[in-house]
Parts: sequence; structure tokens; C-alpha cells
Amino acid sequence: MIDIDVNPYKADFPLLAGKPDIAFLDSGATAQRPACVLDAQRAFYETMNANPLRGLYSLSVEATEAIAKVRSQIAALIGAVDDRGRAQANDIVFSRNASESLNLVAKSFAPLVLKPGDEVAITIMEHHSNLIPWQQACAAAGAKLVYLYPTPEGVLTDEEIAEKIGPATKIVAAVHVSNVLGVVNPIEKLAKAAHDNGAYLVVDAAQSIPHMSIDVRELGADFIAFSAHKAFGPMGIGVLWGRHELLEQMPPMLTGGEMIESVTEQGAVWAPVPEKFEAGTQDAAGIYATGAAFDYLVNTVGYDAVREREGALIAYAMDQLKSLPYIQIIGSLDPADHHGVISFNVEGIHPHDVSSILDMSGVCIRAGHHCAQPLLAWLHCENLACCRASFAFYNDKADIDRLIAGLKAVWSTFHPGE
Amino acid sequence: MGNLYTSTTFMEHNSHPDYKYEMDAPTHEHDGINPSCGDELTLQLRIEDGVIEEASFTGHGCAISQASADIMADLITGETVEEAKRLSGLFLAMIRGEELTEEDYEDLDEAAQLRDISHMPARVKCAELAWRTLDGMLGDDKAE
Repeated sequence: MIDIDVNPYKADFPLLAGKPDIAFLDSGATAQRPACVLDAQRAFYETMNANPLRGLYSLSVEATEAIAKVRSQIAALIGAVDDRGRAQANDIVFSRNASESLNLVAKSFAPLVLKPGDEVAITIMEHHSNLIPWQQACAAAGAKLVYLYPTPEGVLTDEEIAEKIGPATKIVAAVHVSNVLGVVNPIEKLAKAAHDNGAYLVVDAAQSIPHMSIDVRELGADFIAFSAHKAFGPMGIGVLWGRHELLEQMPPMLTGGEMIESVTEQGAVWAPVPEKFEAGTQDAAGIYATGAAFDYLVNTVGYDAVREREGALIAYAMDQLKSLPYIQIIGSLDPADHHGVISFNVEGIHPHDVSSILDMSGVCIRAGHHCAQPLLAWLHCENLACCRASFAFYNDKADIDRLIAGLKAVWSTFHPGE
Repeated sequence: MGNLYTSTTFMEHNSHPDYKYEMDAPTHEHDGINPSCGDELTLQLRIEDGVIEEASFTGHGCAISQASADIMADLITGETVEEAKRLSGLFLAMIRGEELTEEDYEDLDEAAQLRDISHMPARVKCAELAWRTLDGMLGDDKAE
């Protein structure tokens, strides 16, 4: 049994250690970074800084190798391996963030498969970053954007999947873990429905990779996107994994330096995948630090410990929130359905007021539309807004107790004398 | 920083707004929205001979947008259009963090309580909503 009173992790995070007065419950927006990630970023510039790929001197070669190593590490981490278990590093494309990774698929891959009248199926739970690119791709191709809707508890049923994914479907794009409801979507079922109909599956794993191990083969995805900054890495690094033969067919979205094989006055030959998609100088230090972040997450903390600790934190938080009669939980009431996230409203009080008042006692939560306006509209959230507390393994019982005390203060501010 | 939410005046304006109703015969009406918060407001005025005889608002939003609208309606009722424009200019300058004179703060009366909003940049738009709506309405010469 995990003791959430004890916190063996906070000391690893300089911001949390340096600001004991805050309860940081907004890791779903961006996580804090451990010292080892900050050190790695600095170490890159101090010991191996040179422009990767192009230099022929050993320092540049070292920078190139550092990036290649992180590519292999991430490929192995997400199960992008061949039949003999070798990491398929070249199927990992680095971008700036998950949004850019998803845009790359929507802009470079979708036009290859979408014709007028075709359908792209997404869920109503999508973050705008896995929604607007598909609106754009559909508009460009004359295709139709179709939504899958969950039950009130956030479950995508087999019936809904069968009804919405059919012969006209060419692409299915789905969030692995919803950033508002916290539910895990049935990606394997979506993959089967997509593939049975000759469609491709794109998975937004931005909210899942900080909390659970991902295996692209088990999930059956054709593309997976996530960012480093929600997984304790630096801001500005995104990852796209794609099936190699699909990446091969796709044209680059950006062109310029470092993405070519050769250039003549009137034309150019692209470099192989993944460099083809990585125009310009990459944030090599950020990529190096991303390697350190995943090393810390997977090898120092470990996904088993993450699951166990976050499960205990969520269970406690849910229990405490339910004890307040004016708190309305959004989505499932079962803590087991919430992965890193609990969204809620305080009856009759605007989420922005809730957040501003919580801020006065150092409690950091997110309030607003969470980049999921269509979902909040579908949920009939007043003002298209709600509050969201999101958790990481570095949170503890005291953080949740401060949230609850803060929410009581919010209520009494608006209801003096009660 | 002062805590606006502990101000009795401010919270009264939010929970019991005197000026939140639909007017019978407004001479002027203008909508304001704050897309980032989902705040929506319709401001109505009855202007006679260049004087704001009646002001009211409807809509929904956070406590700051609602209380600010009620405080504004209270302040501009009975004032000339010119004076309302001046007060609105003072308020918007204050909200953006400009220092006003003591007389200006006195002229803004209860609205001066919202000066601390300039330290809550995320909420400035909420506090401004009613005043920007007023500005938009009086800015066009139809109100003269």
C-alpha cells in the first residue's frame, strides 16, 4: 500500500522543492522537470554542443549520436521494434510538440488518402490539437468529419464505434487519455475497426505517456504523437512515431536545411525518414534532455510506481471532492476511470473565480475550456469552462488537502455565514 | 495584493446586482463577449438629452465580470454621456496598471476597488468587459 503522506519524489524537482508553498495540480498542462533533465540540457551545451548531422568533426558527431541514442530510446520505450526486438529509431520524428506532430500527419499524410466524400472519425474528447487539423484536412479534401460520442461516464461503446467507423472512414484519430475526463479510450478496438475498414489510426498520447507504458504494436496505431513537456521533459520537443511505409510516402511539411539529400537550382531530393521531416536545426539539447526525462520516468520512478501512486492520489482526491456537496465531478465517479485528471465544477461559481481564489492559497489548478471546447459544449458545461486538477507522482496528500481546504474557502467566499 | 473576493461591496454586487435586468425601452443596446472566459453581456442604456437616465445589463460570466458591470451601471446612471466616457477611460487605464490621481479614484468610487485586477493579468478582460462594451457603444456618435 502506497503512503501518499510520504513524498520521495518532490526533492528531485527543483521548482517544487524551492516553492513549498504551492500545491501544483496542473501537470496535465505541463509537468515540472526533475534536476536530472535540467542538468542534461545544460550538459549538452557544456560538453557536446555542435550542430548535429552536418559537422564532420568529432564534437558534431557526438551531438548527432546523442540525438540518435534518444531516438532509439524512445522507439524502444513505445514498442517500435522489429520482429527481432531491435528499436526502429528511424520511425521516430522529432517536432516541436504534439500539436506539430499531429499537424504533420493531417497535412502530409491525410491528403494521400482522403478523397471527396470520405470520412475522418474523431472523438468528441479530442484536444483542439487533434481536432482542428482534421477540420482543416477534411475541408481541404472535401471529406466529412464524424464524431464518436461516449456515454456520460466517458466510455466509447462498441456500438458507437461500429456505427461511426465504416467503409467511408479513411482516418480515425483518437486521444488515448482525455485531458478533461481522464478516461482511457479503447484504442485497440478503434484500431481494429479502422483497419477492418481499410482506414488508418492516429493516436494522441500526450496525456497517456506521462502515466502509462505505451506499446504501439499492442495498440495497433499507425501514428502516435506526444510531447516531452507533459512527461517531465523540456518544452519544445514533440514526437511523432509512424509506421515506416507510411512515413516513406509522406511529403515533408517544412523544407530547408538538414532535410535534403541533394539540391539543384530547380529541385531537391529529400533525405530519408526521419530527417525528411526535420527541417532546420533541431533543439538538440532539448532532445537530449527528453532522453533524460524518459530515463527518469521509466527507470528511476518506473511506470508501476507511477500507476500505484497516482491511483492512490486520485482515489483520495475523489473521495475528498465527493465529500463536498457543492462539487460536481465531470465524467465518471469511479477513481479508476481517471488517469492523472479530475475535472469538476463548484456549483454556481465560475471556474475562473475558483482558480483565482485557489491561487491565493498557492493551489495551482487549470480553469477554462482546456482546449476542448466541443467537448465542454457537448457536456453542457456552463460558460464552456470547468476546473481541472491534474496529478503526477510527485504530488502528495498535502497537495490534495490544500486543494480541498481551498475549495471550502471558495464556497464560503461566495456563501458567507454558511 | 488586496483580495477582491473578500470585499463585501464587490461580492454584494456579484450576488445581488441591482442593475441586472432587461430594460423596457432602451435607447441604446450593445453586446460584449469575452471568448476566453465565455463571459457574455448585453448592456442597455436609456439616454435622454445627453444624460444616461437608466443603465442595465444582462448575461452571464464570472464574479469579476458581473460585479464590474453592476458597479459600472451604478456609477454612470445620472451622468452625461461625456462624463461616462471619461469614467470609462479612467477605469480602463486603471485596470491596465496606470496610476490615477486621488480625485480620479474618488470619481470612480466603488469601481476603484477593481484596481488590484491589474495584478491578475488573466482576469483583466473579465473586469473590462462591461466598460469595453460601454466604450464601444458610446464611441460611435449615435449616442451623442
